[in-house]
Amino acid sequence: MAAVEIPHDEQAFLEYVQSGGQVESTDWLPDEYRRLLIKFIEMHGNSELMGVLPEREWILKAPTLQRKLALTAKVQDEVGHAQLIYRVAEDLGKPRAAMLEDLISGKAKFHNVFHYPTYTWGDVGVIAWLVDAAAIISQKALLKCSYAPYARIMKKICWEESFHILHGRDVILAMVTGTEEQFELVQEALDRWWGPLMQFHGNPIAAADDPMYKWRIKSQGNEDARQGFLDGYVPQILELGLELHDPKLRKRNDGVWEYTEPDWDELKHVVTGHGPKTQERLALRKRFLEQEQWVRDVVLAA
Amino acid sequence: MNDPVFEVFRRERKGQPFEHAGSVVAPDADFAEAWAREQYGRRGESVALWLVPRDQIRDVEDWADEFDLKYRRVDGYSIKARLKEARERAGTAAGDS
Repeated sequence: MAAVEIPHDEQAFLEYVQSGGQVESTDWLPDEYRRLLIKFIEMHGNSELMGVLPEREWILKAPTLQRKLALTAKVQDEVGHAQLIYRVAEDLGKPRAAMLEDLISGKAKFHNVFHYPTYTWGDVGVIAWLVDAAAIISQKALLKCSYAPYARIMKKICWEESFHILHGRDVILAMVTGTEEQFELVQEALDRWWGPLMQFHGNPIAAADDPMYKWRIKSQGNEDARQGFLDGYVPQILELGLELHDPKLRKRNDGVWEYTEPDWDELKHVVTGHGPKTQERLALRKRFLEQEQWVRDVVLAA
Repeated sequence: MNDPVFEVFRRERKGQPFEHAGSVVAPDADFAEAWAREQYGRRGESVALWLVPRDQIRDVEDWADEFDLKYRRVDGYSIKARLKEARERAGTAAGDS
């Protein structure tokens, strides 16, 4: 078979990716496509790197040695994901140092759920189970990303995330089958996280109007992702006897979930650097970046 | 300080082909191996890795077809119309009876 020719024309390129075509780093890419790819992938990398901070706080406070080891492994995995993802963005033309600089200066964004505090071990369980579940729904859709190098690393990332979800579910199951107090810790954490979880997949912009969907960087719209999350996880939450305090939450006969409109102002406020833990976590990231400068210097001098 | 890029190929199980997994940037092959082991092998997800300096890859992408060699491939044959005609002639086309 003759090789498929990647069109060197923006409109033809768009039609190519919209019909399921994938491209490589060595192919001609329209500037707009490259810009959107970097923006999307950089935010994903930032989210992996910032996402370990809420959990990192609990490594020293984990209830058993087994949990401590599992949590350490998960944190290590997520940082590894950041490495893989930054590498893809770097290859598209934005240097890693510039991405880290934009992250700590607050110019670049990261996911809303990593701007919030953790109060109890219940939060750790909810993050590992449900935040990761919400994330894996988005990430699985990236397996079909039009940019093939990104789609390929997502295979490995999804494989590791499935262990994280199971770890989270195991933490939750241990707690809901424990004492009344443990059960309550889970319920309270769930109440804290439900709002941010419902905001996680973004406002219900129509897929056709979403530039990330237009170029098939994402293969599903925001609302499709949220519906997938509700469909997969609401039954799993309710079967444990936990409650979701949204009076409007229900699945219609046609299979569509209804829910109270998530607080989009909160989402915008949080991701633009005004979350309860945003500045503290960025300061921590900055401190480590400076503190470990010598390691990079030694490696680069080698 | 433009460190070279090494493309990473990984084999998931014995007997399977190496597949492109991603890339690492490193000052030399030893560092590249350290990064690649960490990023693509630390959970036992690979039984082997290949590290290939990107600038050593010989890329072949243009496939000239000046002599129109389609007759050597399945896409060189479109039999639909002729088959239809032949069936009609024989009275065996679907719907004919």
